[in-house]
Amino acid sequence: MKHKVINMKTSTLIILAVICIIIFIAPLIMYNGHGEDDGYFGGSDDAASEQIEATNFEPWFSSIWEPPSGEIESLLFALQAAIGAIIIGYFFGYWRGQGKEE
Amino acid sequence: MHIMEGYLPLTWCIIWFIISFIIVAYGIYQIKKIADETPESKSLLAVIGAFMFILSSLKLPSVTGSCSHPCGNGLGAALFGPAVTAVLATIVLIFQALLLAHGGLTTLGANIFSMGIVGPFIAWLVYKGCLKVNISSTIAIFFAAFLGDLLTYVTTSFQLAFAFPTPTFGAALTAFLTIFAVTQIPLAIGEGILTVIIWDRLKVYKPKLLDKLGALAPNET
Repeated sequence: MKHKVINMKTSTLIILAVICIIIFIAPLIMYNGHGEDDGYFGGSDDAASEQIEATNFEPWFSSIWEPPSGEIESLLFALQAAIGAIIIGYFFGYWRGQGKEE
Repeated sequence: MHIMEGYLPLTWCIIWFIISFIIVAYGIYQIKKIADETPESKSLLAVIGAFMFILSSLKLPSVTGSCSHPCGNGLGAALFGPAVTAVLATIVLIFQALLLAHGGLTTLGANIFSMGIVGPFIAWLVYKGCLKVNISSTIAIFFAAFLGDLLTYVTTSFQLAFAFPTPTFGAALTAFLTIFAVTQIPLAIGEGILTVIIWDRLKVYKPKLLDKLGALAPNET
């Protein structure tokens, strides 16, 4: 079977990556100078939890273990991303080395 | 989209747990079948699971001034369908519930339902629908990833509004949608673009396998 899969040019990929970066930098510029103290850049999960607490609901169970500090939490988040990145990098490198499929 | 540990009444925890359990069990059966029929797709499964791992760890700022994270569930849904994606989402959510106190064991069923079932299901429908009408798989994957992400958060909003309909269901739904869905729109666009980039590479490296899995548009094979 012949494959006519059309791939994007490198320039298109770069433009897409730049758009992506702009989307995530824009909020940082728009709310420059604001911070957690005046209610910016908090997590939406926490905002929802506050909304729930406002209905006088008492959480009836709490996490068995919590990261003891923000540092440890960011360590574990970084670890999570690193695990994913290693796996993707490994297979993409492997496939690339294999050359195009037969 | 993580409903925090203990933040859902017990009845709802059980309902979501049962629904999710059935779909995840079916997903495990499907993964076994895929691994038997096309062993070469195991590495692809690892990659889409890893993609979900990365994306759901990135808490990104949104134009609403709060932060949230993408889901990475559209890619897996387009390739292997929603049930398989539900299994991968379960792994991610258990990791986050146990190590990061993000989400929780009591709310695991509810969180699987939004991120692992409804989001991927919509993504899968959109993706297959686009291919049917001969839209390029690259465009199709963008919309699949965008809607998969967004619908995950819309589902969470509905789940919370069902559980906490105060003062009314409608008012609660609006409040939760404002917190989750609106924040999520720019993030979902970003996730769509990232998925397109990964998809483009997959098409370079694994065109035959993607075709075998039926994940390419008819005019691309």
